[in-house]
Amino acid sequence: MAEIADNGGGGHEKGGKKRPKKGSTRIDMTPMVDLGFLLLTFFVMTTTFSKPKVMSLVYPPKMDVPPTDLPKVNNGITFLLTKDKIFYYTGEFYGPGNKDGKPVTQLQETTFGPQGVRTLLAKLNSYVISNKKGLDSKFQAKSIDEKKYKDILNKLQTDKEALKVLIKTDDKATCENFVNLVDELEIAQVGVVAPVDLTVAELDLMKAKK
Amino acid sequence: MPKIKVPKHSPSIDMTPMVDLAFLLVTFFMLAAIPRVDSPVEVTTPASTSEKLIPENNLTITIDKGGRVFMDISHADARMELIESIESEYKLKLTEKQKEEFTKMSSFGCSIAELPKYLDMESTERKKFPTLGIPADSATGQLRNWINFGNLAALNTGRTKFEEAAMKGDNPVKSDFEPKYVLRVDGKAVYIHAQNVINTFRDLNLNNLNFITSAEKAPK
Repeated sequence: MAEIADNGGGGHEKGGKKRPKKGSTRIDMTPMVDLGFLLLTFFVMTTTFSKPKVMSLVYPPKMDVPPTDLPKVNNGITFLLTKDKIFYYTGEFYGPGNKDGKPVTQLQETTFGPQGVRTLLAKLNSYVISNKKGLDSKFQAKSIDEKKYKDILNKLQTDKEALKVLIKTDDKATCENFVNLVDELEIAQVGVVAPVDLTVAELDLMKAKK
Repeated sequence: MPKIKVPKHSPSIDMTPMVDLAFLLVTFFMLAAIPRVDSPVEVTTPASTSEKLIPENNLTITIDKGGRVFMDISHADARMELIESIESEYKLKLTEKQKEEFTKMSSFGCSIAELPKYLDMESTERKKFPTLGIPADSATGQLRNWINFGNLAALNTGRTKFEEAAMKGDNPVKSDFEPKYVLRVDGKAVYIHAQNVINTFRDLNLNNLNFITSAEKAPK
């Protein structure tokens, strides 16, 4: 800066015109581009775009005194989870030598994923799924509003014919197994889900299966 | 023969539009993105097809692969209230600076005895700190207290936020401001650990829980 003031009139000796130094008016932008892209890379790397999603699950409230006579569940299924394996039985559990004289409950095995548990649930909960289809088309045609749609769907999922699910886990099942199963239930439009504790008789059955 | 004229062009390109573009993108990313929070634990959440977004006012419990328990509350006011409740409950003597630090932390996990030391550390040190997380067993009841006081603090904050919004005349929905209970579990963690925490929630009569999951495409 100081140089300009000193030697500003380079042409003094010749007695001619003052001629300002000819410097390029262009600035080299390359470092600025570098900086720009560096920042860009940084922001791309450090940011997550989608907020994480959540999956709700309502647990039954704890009661001080467990109810003695449970209401009879119509169309129920119980899933038993262990490490990456999934067993189930439908209806109620009958241990060996039960007083109703029913045959002892046998566990069936299925797999996670479309072929296994998804097809199974779709079959068992077909009442809700098929009814929901009609409801969906009504909703899309705007003949019912959202509140009514939710009301009807809720009623449908708690209907007598709808599937009710109990989930029991042993000490080897992972959270991933559990979340995957709950997710499958959501896909199959199951409204009534209750994670409950495993009984000893069921644990024995599972051990025998392995 | 006529001479072939090579047009004289400057070998340097005008970089200005490129700079413009780069900074435009930088600005976009800065504004559009949510910074990734620096958590003391790495957790890989399982995937689900759920499309519900994580609630604004939340109390998050993180369970890592080994079953260690960490906790986080979304609002700074709630955190201040929580640490003060914990301080008086356990008769700790925390300095103002430590409490201030607590409001700035992301999830934390340590026993009450380790708490003052934990608060004095830098966040990089905290990651290496060999903690066992918040003791989740019912014998010490520490997790229960954290959740209980955290819930009360979050409820108060939610109420204040709701009143503020109502004052502005936004016609807010009250349930949007109530605290939600979120579980961030590692997919590989054994479910028993999660069940332990879930039972603590249920003991406090907080039955509506949310699992954080990464998004997955829903089947047709």
